[in-house]
Amino acid sequence: MSEPNAASAQTLVTMQVAEQPFGIWVESVRDVLGGQNISRVPLSPPAIAGSLNLRGRIVTVLDVRVLLGMQGTEQPEKAMNVVIEHQGELYSLLVDQVGDVLTVDHHKIEGVPQTVTPAWKSVSSGIVKLKDELVLILVTETLLQIAGLTTAEELAA
Amino acid sequence: MAMDECISEFLVEAAEALAGLDNDIVKLEGEPENAQLIGGIFRTFHTIKGTSGFLGLSHLGSVCHAGENALGKMREGSLHPSPQIISVILKCVDAIKGILTTIEATGDEGTLQHEALIAELNALHERPAAVEMMSADGDSAMLQALFDATPGPDLSDRKRSAAPSEEVRAPLALVQTAPPSESVKPSAAAPIEPSRDSAVVKEGGKEPVPTNHTIRVGIDLLEGLMTTVSELVLSRNQLLQLLRGETESPFAGPLQRLSMITSELQESVMKTRMQPIGNAWQALPRIIRDLGRELGKKIELVMDGAETELDRQVLELIKDPLTHMVRNAADHGLEMPDVRVAAGKSATGRVQLRAFHEGGHIVIQITDDGRGLDPAKIRRKAVDTGLATEAELVGMSDANLFRFILRPGFSTAAAVTAISGRGVGMDVVRTNIERIGGAIDIESQLNHGTVFTIKIPLTLAIVPALIVGCAGERFAIPQISVVELVRASRSGEHRIERICDSTVLRLRDRLLPLIDLRITLGLDSAVADEGERLIIVTQVGSWFFGIVVDRVHDTEEIVVKPVSPLLKSLTAYSGNTILGDGSICMIIDPNGLMSQLGRIETAAGRQPIEAASVDQEQETEASQQLVLVKCGSGLRKAIPLDQIARLEDFEVSNVRRSEDGRLLVPYRGSLMLLVPATPAVDLQESGRQPVLVFTANSGVADNAPAQTRHVGLLVDSIVDIISHTTRIDIVSDHPDVTGATIIDGEPTEIIDPANIIRRDLVGWPTISEVPMTIERIAA
Repeated sequence: MSEPNAASAQTLVTMQVAEQPFGIWVESVRDVLGGQNISRVPLSPPAIAGSLNLRGRIVTVLDVRVLLGMQGTEQPEKAMNVVIEHQGELYSLLVDQVGDVLTVDHHKIEGVPQTVTPAWKSVSSGIVKLKDELVLILVTETLLQIAGLTTAEELAA
Repeated sequence: MAMDECISEFLVEAAEALAGLDNDIVKLEGEPENAQLIGGIFRTFHTIKGTSGFLGLSHLGSVCHAGENALGKMREGSLHPSPQIISVILKCVDAIKGILTTIEATGDEGTLQHEALIAELNALHERPAAVEMMSADGDSAMLQALFDATPGPDLSDRKRSAAPSEEVRAPLALVQTAPPSESVKPSAAAPIEPSRDSAVVKEGGKEPVPTNHTIRVGIDLLEGLMTTVSELVLSRNQLLQLLRGETESPFAGPLQRLSMITSELQESVMKTRMQPIGNAWQALPRIIRDLGRELGKKIELVMDGAETELDRQVLELIKDPLTHMVRNAADHGLEMPDVRVAAGKSATGRVQLRAFHEGGHIVIQITDDGRGLDPAKIRRKAVDTGLATEAELVGMSDANLFRFILRPGFSTAAAVTAISGRGVGMDVVRTNIERIGGAIDIESQLNHGTVFTIKIPLTLAIVPALIVGCAGERFAIPQISVVELVRASRSGEHRIERICDSTVLRLRDRLLPLIDLRITLGLDSAVADEGERLIIVTQVGSWFFGIVVDRVHDTEEIVVKPVSPLLKSLTAYSGNTILGDGSICMIIDPNGLMSQLGRIETAAGRQPIEAASVDQEQETEASQQLVLVKCGSGLRKAIPLDQIARLEDFEVSNVRRSEDGRLLVPYRGSLMLLVPATPAVDLQESGRQPVLVFTANSGVADNAPAQTRHVGLLVDSIVDIISHTTRIDIVSDHPDVTGATIIDGEPTEIIDPANIIRRDLVGWPTISEVPMTIERIAA
C-alpha cells in the first residue's frame, strides 16, 4: 500500500520515557490517549500496569519504564498511553510524553551503537539521527515478549 | 473463482446431508422395511453423485454411484438391508466423507483408493436377488411389493384431484418408493389412506420451504454481531448509570426505550447462537452401533430432548466429553448379553441420553442399565492407587466414593479396550465440564446401572455475576458458583477461626475452608481490618469453600471477555469484563482459586477429601458409629467403631514395660502390644487403663490361621459411642489424623488407627517383616 514517495521514507511516532526519546512506526499505533483510568490486575507480571477500557475494548497496559528495567511509573493515571495492536489484541505503552510524528528517510537510520544499555538495545532496531537529538526505534513485538516475563529479575536479565 | 465457490458450497451442503445420513442408515438397520428411510438415503447419495459429476469430481462420483446402486436395489426390495450390508453402506459413507475432507484440505480428490469398496458395493447389487432374499419374509415382501405396485397409479390419480397441484410430485414419489413398507396397504385399506398420505405429503411438501426461510450466515458474522451487541449492552448500562443521578431528565424516556430495544436485540442475537443439543448427539447412534458390533453387545440408544437448545460455544465444548461418556456407558457400563440374561435383564442393554432445561442451566443425563459402579471395587482401587487411606474411605458416602472415577488415572475396568479403560478419560471429561462452569454428579446402583448428570450453563457469553470489593479493588464472581453469602464478624454469630495456618468458618455445624481474596491475590493488606467481612460460600463440583471479601457491591449481567494473552497464565481469573461505569473488572475463577487451595492441602501428598454438599448429603449419607475418646489435652478424638475389635480396660498392674519401653499386656493367651493413640497419652498410674483393641493380620497367606494378632491403642478415657454422619471438613497434614469435623458442637479429630499401629509395629521383631493390615471385625 506504499505510496511512490514513501518508498524510502516511513512515519515514526516519537515519545519519551525518562528523558530518552524513542519512536514507534505509525502503522502499529492505533491510538494515543491522555490520562486514563487504569484498573490494576492483581498477580500480574510487574510490567503490566493494568487494563483500560478503550471504547468497549479491553487494553492491556504495559509500563515501559518497568520493561526497560526502571522503577515503575508512579502515577499511571497521569501518563500517556500509546495503543498498539498485536495479533488482534490491544496493548498500551505507558510513556511520559508523546512527541511529534516524523517522516524518516531510510538512509537516516543507523544501527544501535554497542554502548547503548542492554535493556534499550534489546528492544530497538535502529537509531534515527535528528538535528538536535537521536531517536531509538522500538520493536513492539520484542516489548510484548518481555512483558510476559513474570519477575523483575527476569526483566533485568 | 466461481468454480471454487461452487465447490465450497457443495462441500457445506454435502457435509450437512451426510451428517444425518449415518443416523438414518443405523435407523434403517432397525426398520429394514421403512421405504421412506431408504428413499431419503438414496436421494442423498443421488444428489451428491449428481453434483460431483457436475463439478468434475469423478472419483467421488464413482463411489457415490456404487452406493446409490446398492440402495437402488434396496429400494426395489431386491436387497435386504442386513447388518453386513448396512456396514458396507456405512463404509461407503465414510469413504465419501474422506474424499470430501481431502477436497476441502487440498482442493482435489486426492489419491485415496476405493476400488475394493466399490467392488464390494457392486457385488451387493449384482448378486442375484435370491441370495439376499433367502428368508420367507423377504419373499412375501417382494410379493407385496408387486401387489402394491398395481393400485399405485390409481392412488396417485385420486391424489391428483384431491391435492393442490404442487404436492402431486410427492405422492408419486411415495408410490414409487413405498412398496415394501406398510404405509401403503392393499386396496382394502385404501379408504383410510388419503389422510395418512396427506400427512406424508405435508412432510414431503415441507422440504423446500425451509430454504425460503433460512439463510446460511457465517459464524464470524454472528460472532461479530454478538460482540457488537455486547458493546451496546455495556453502553446502555453506562447510560443508565449516568441517568441514575438525574431525577428529571429529558433523556429518561428515550433511554428507557433504547434499553428495552437493546435487551430485545441481545435476546435475539443470543438466540441465533442457540443450537439444539441434538447436533452434538448426531454421531452417537453410529458410534454405539459400531461399538455394539465390535464388542458383541446388544445396545439400544435412546435420545430424549434432542431439541433442547444451548449456546453454540457450550455445545462445541461438551461434544467430546459427552461422546466419551456415552462410549464409557456402552463399553464399561453395559454387560455382555449372556451376563445380562443371567442377571435377569433383557439381553439388549440400554443407554439413555436425556437433556432438559432447568433454571439457567441445561441438564444432560446419561443413563445405562448396566452393571453399575461397585463401591467395594472403587474403595480397593482408591487405596491401591494411594488416592485415599482406608480410614478416609470408611465414612465416605457412595456418592463421594463414585467421584473417584473422575480422578486422573483411575479406572476400575479390568481390561483396557480399544475404546476406553485407560483411566485418562473421565478426568478429562470432568476438567472440560468444570472449565465451562458445569458439574457432574454420579448415581449408581450395583447391577442396576449408573446415571451421570451433567449441569452446565446455557451460555458463557453473558453471565450474572456478583461484584465484590476487596482492598479497594472490584472483582466479579459468577453467580453460578455462589451458594450463599455469610456475614462474619468478631462478635457475631459467625466467626472466622484459625486452624494452624488456615482459616475456617463454622457454618451450620460444618467447617468451611476459607480463601481470603486479599491474601490470595496479594492485595494491599495494609487496609485496616474492619472486623466485619463477607464470606461468599462457593461451590465447585461437590466442593464447598468460602471466599472472604470486604463487601458486595452489586449484581450485574456481565459480558465475559477473554483475558489478554499476557495474563493467560493467571489461573485466578476466568476473564475480564467492563462494568456499567466503564471500568474494567477481573472475573474470579472459583476453579482456579480452588486449585490453589488444593495445592496447599495436597502438599503433604494427600488428596483432599471431598466435602459433602450441605443439604442433600445429610440425608443420603449413611451415618457411622464413632468412638469418642480423650487423648491428652488436644482436640477430642474419634475413631470409627467398625475398625475396633473390642473396647477393653486392663488393670494397670497387669501391664508390663519391655526392655525398649514398649507396653505389653497378657491378652487371650498371648502378649498384646499397647500403643499410645497420641504421644500425649501414657499409661495411667493406677486403676484401670482403657484400651481399644484392634486385630492386626500379618497376612502372609490368605488362610494362615495362627497369624491374627491383637494390638491395643492406649487412650486417656473413652467418652462415648455416637452415631454421626462423618463429613471431613478439614483434611489434616498429620498422617495419624484423617481430618477434623464438628461432633455435637465440639471440634473433633478423626484419627486413623491403622497408621498409628503400623508405624509403631515397625521394628517389632516377630511381625515387622510382613506388611500389616487392619482387618475389620463385624460387630
